[in-house]
Amino acid sequence: MTDTKTFIKSWIFLFVLTFSLNLAAHDISSEQAHHESEKFVPGSFIMDHIADAYEWHIVTIGETHISIPLPVILYSKTSGLHVFMSNKFHHGHEMYDGFMIARDGEHEKKIVEVINGEQIKPIDLSISKNVVSLFVSVLIMLWIFFSIAKRYSKNPKSAPKGLQSMLEPIIIFVRDDVAKASIGEKRYMQFTPFLLTIFFFIFINNLMGLIPIFPFGANLTGNIAITMVLALFTFVITTFIGNKAYWTHIFNAPGVPWWLKFPIPLMPLVEVMGVFIKPFVLMVRLFANITAGHIIALGFYSLIFIFGEINATAGYGVSVVSVAFTIFMMMLELLVAFIQAYVFTLLSALYFGMAIEEHH
Amino acid sequence: MDLITPGIGLVFWMFLTFLTVLFLLKKFAWKPILNSLKEREDSIENALKAADDARAQMEQLQSDNEKILAKAREERDSLLKEARETQELIISESKAKAKEEADKLIKAAQISIENEKNAAVESMKIQIVSLSVEIAEKILRKQLEDAKAQNELISELVKDIKLN
Repeated sequence: MTDTKTFIKSWIFLFVLTFSLNLAAHDISSEQAHHESEKFVPGSFIMDHIADAYEWHIVTIGETHISIPLPVILYSKTSGLHVFMSNKFHHGHEMYDGFMIARDGEHEKKIVEVINGEQIKPIDLSISKNVVSLFVSVLIMLWIFFSIAKRYSKNPKSAPKGLQSMLEPIIIFVRDDVAKASIGEKRYMQFTPFLLTIFFFIFINNLMGLIPIFPFGANLTGNIAITMVLALFTFVITTFIGNKAYWTHIFNAPGVPWWLKFPIPLMPLVEVMGVFIKPFVLMVRLFANITAGHIIALGFYSLIFIFGEINATAGYGVSVVSVAFTIFMMMLELLVAFIQAYVFTLLSALYFGMAIEEHH
Repeated sequence: MDLITPGIGLVFWMFLTFLTVLFLLKKFAWKPILNSLKEREDSIENALKAADDARAQMEQLQSDNEKILAKAREERDSLLKEARETQELIISESKAKAKEEADKLIKAAQISIENEKNAAVESMKIQIVSLSVEIAEKILRKQLEDAKAQNELISELVKDIKLN
């Protein structure tokens, strides 16, 4: 009980803090908004929503943008380390300390350092919108699993309760139907913690991406950097645990005619490519599925504004259809959120299973 | 292009965060959770097994009970049978004994009756003899009232007496 209370309190504190920071930030932005073009561009509207950002835009009321400024951390080869809040850019309209957010060109929407009129990209370790979302998701994960772990260790033999009974079937599903089924009875427990972590990381972030209210709604699992790191973990583990049989199968596959290996090592080449393609496909599948879901939902919303620009009545008319379709898409995305987490975990487990399988 | 180019910052933070979370969850969440799940599953399995054992034991006991009952019933039956046999034996024995006793009594009675009869006959015989003697006396007396008859008789009797 006390844990939950402290948790809620700390959240309220966080909200108050961020909003007070933000109030200072947005008064200038309201003037700036006047100069922006009023025309609705669905492409950039959608891309703005699914891409990473240096500030967390919450809502625009009239001409006022309400957004939370986030810390920018830069390392430039010429001017060293820079740490400041992103509201110094005034929503990307102003330069600060020699840095600016590029409006076009190669580094569009990224921070660049302007040296002698040339835009040079520094090493950018900013706590961007996606990084904040990542931290939030991780805090939620830690809170959920620490609290249920406490109950598990306190009452190991009693029936699950509350959150525990919601998550227990999923944990058992990952353990038995993913880990045990793919890796085998002997060594599955070694990989179960990793598989559970990636499963819940992807699942929780997929779900968080569907909630459009701060601090959720960032397109984290639809970001290629995130899926790349996840796939990298699977790749590294697979490569390190690979036994002799696994590598033999790659470089000198048994049961394959010799002329496929010599003089042109066709089969080994294909197998080595496979080693890299597997995690690559993992990365792309998750990224594409989640991003596509977001794009479609945003596309339906864009229709409202496209028609609204032509005629207000048409806009209202289309909104009914758009909302209906978006609700349908959301339902589908809920399913996809689970399926993609499951597929990523299952394939990782299968790769682990292949790497440690004993051939006779 | 922005969409499919991984940002170095996000890769960095993700790598760091994910590694930390993996470590923390593995150590403080998955270990106790998986351990207690295993423990609970084991205890449930053991409980089920124990229940099965108990049921088997119960069945064993029940069949034992039935066996004991059947045995008891058998014993009772045999006891009853034996008792009946003994009873019959006793009855027949006592019957035989009674008969024997009765026979003995009858025989004794018969003997005594015979004795009585013999005694009666004896006494009757004695009485008849004395009566006949008396009658004969009376007759003789009557016949020998006159002297002639007396003499005749005496002579006859004397004739009969042979002096040797």
